[in-house]
Parts: sequence; C-alpha cells; structure tokens
Amino acid sequence: MKIEEIRELLGAQLLCGEEYLDHDVFSACCSDMMSDVLAYVKDQGVLLTGLVNPQVIRTAGMMDMVCIVFVRGKEPTPEMVELADDCGIAVMKSSLRAYEACGHLYTAGLVPAPEEE
Amino acid sequence: MSENVTFHFDVDGENFSSAGEASVMVKKKLRQLGLSPEVIRRVSVAMYEGEINMVIHANGGSADVTVTDDDVIIVLADRGPGIPDVGLAMQEGFSTARDNIRALGFGAGMGLPNMKKYTDSMEIDTKVGVGTTITMKVSCKDA
Repeated sequence: MKIEEIRELLGAQLLCGEEYLDHDVFSACCSDMMSDVLAYVKDQGVLLTGLVNPQVIRTAGMMDMVCIVFVRGKEPTPEMVELADDCGIAVMKSSLRAYEACGHLYTAGLVPAPEEE
Repeated sequence: MSENVTFHFDVDGENFSSAGEASVMVKKKLRQLGLSPEVIRRVSVAMYEGEINMVIHANGGSADVTVTDDDVIIVLADRGPGIPDVGLAMQEGFSTARDNIRALGFGAGMGLPNMKKYTDSMEIDTKVGVGTTITMKVSCKDA
C-alpha cells in the first residue's frame, strides 16, 4: 500500500515527507508502547500511535519504519516533525481514533507487522 | 575496512526528550560505513533500548561503539543504582520504571530482553550502588 493511500483512507493531514507518498508500506503496527514496537515490528511499516514525544520518531527510525500516523488528532511538535524529516519518515495526523484508523487500513489489506524472529 | 572505527557518546540523564539521540547518530554512522541494513537495525535497536534504560534508571552514562571487521561492539556504562537481580530484570514484562516513564511509552519490561534478542552476545556487569556496564556484540557476518 502506498503512503498516499494511507493518507486518503485515514483522511489524514501530511506534516512532512511529501516525497515519500508513492513509497510502499507492507505492514502496520499500532501501539503507544515503544518497547513493544521495538520488540515486534519488521521494517518498511507504518506506525500508528497516540503517543506524542521525540522517542516515537526515534523508535520508528530505529526500526526502519517509513511512516508515522498520529491518531486522535494528536499534534506532534515542529521539532518532532523536523526530526522525522531528517530521518526520512513521512508523518501525518488523523482525527480518527486508533481502533478506527487500524480498521480502515486492515480492511484495505494492510497486514499486521510480523514478529521479529 | 582494516582499522577499527570507534564512536563515543555521553548520554544525558537529565533530559528525557533527548534520550535516543546517540543511537540515531550511531545508526547514521553505521550506514555511512556501509554495514548491512539488518546489522544496522540490530545494533541501533539494542543500543537505543540501552540508552533509554540509562536515562530512565541511571541518570545517563556513556556509550562506546566499536566497529571491527567482524563485529559491532556496544559498551554502555553508567554509575546508576545497579541491578539487584539480573535474572529478574531479564524477564519480559518485569520493570521497575515508574508510571511517568510508562506514560512516555517505555517501562514495559522489554528493554533488556530486546537487547539480548537483537544481539549475538550480551554481558551485564552490575554492582548495586556502583553502576552497570553492558557489553553487546553484533556480528557483521550475519546476513
């Protein structure tokens, strides 16, 4: 699924990473616990979260994730957006709640992130 | 690469918002060295968890990363409270982090288990009241 399609499905506003809109993502993960993201997620995924702090960006960067969606209308700070831009990660925000956002992506065929072996 | 490359970072324990900066830097440098994406990710995730731990539990410390032809070696050293029961601390889900840390997305009791999972070897040298040094190795040969 293209990042642009995720933006459309979630009615999200893109905050950075316009150049990555035609990049593919192969899986998704939704969590507010960054340690779980670090434990379970493989690369080239999208992270959906309601947590807002710089560690969200760094965690996604460590896992080679390519897109972060802040749900429930959460607003990342300009510093966070800049950090994401620097890490090559597209960031968007959606007013949908996490459950609903995940439902849209799952229904459209985006699978859960596989566990690390 | 014939000579070892080393990086040193001081990890600031006062400011949680900067936690993870050293790991982000290391990831960039390993990319410049041309290591495989899988090795880079394993090193950076393990170091990131350790760096966060140093900020949460030990008021910061130091991180030294050495890249040899065979391995990436990460040494994280702090003068924090030490780990009284390493076996317990290694159990998934065991955490002594306070609620304010959980609110930041950490403290799930996955840090040390993740570090072990992502590295080929991990040694914990810890003494209560003195500090903790964790040495991790990731083989560069790993595909």
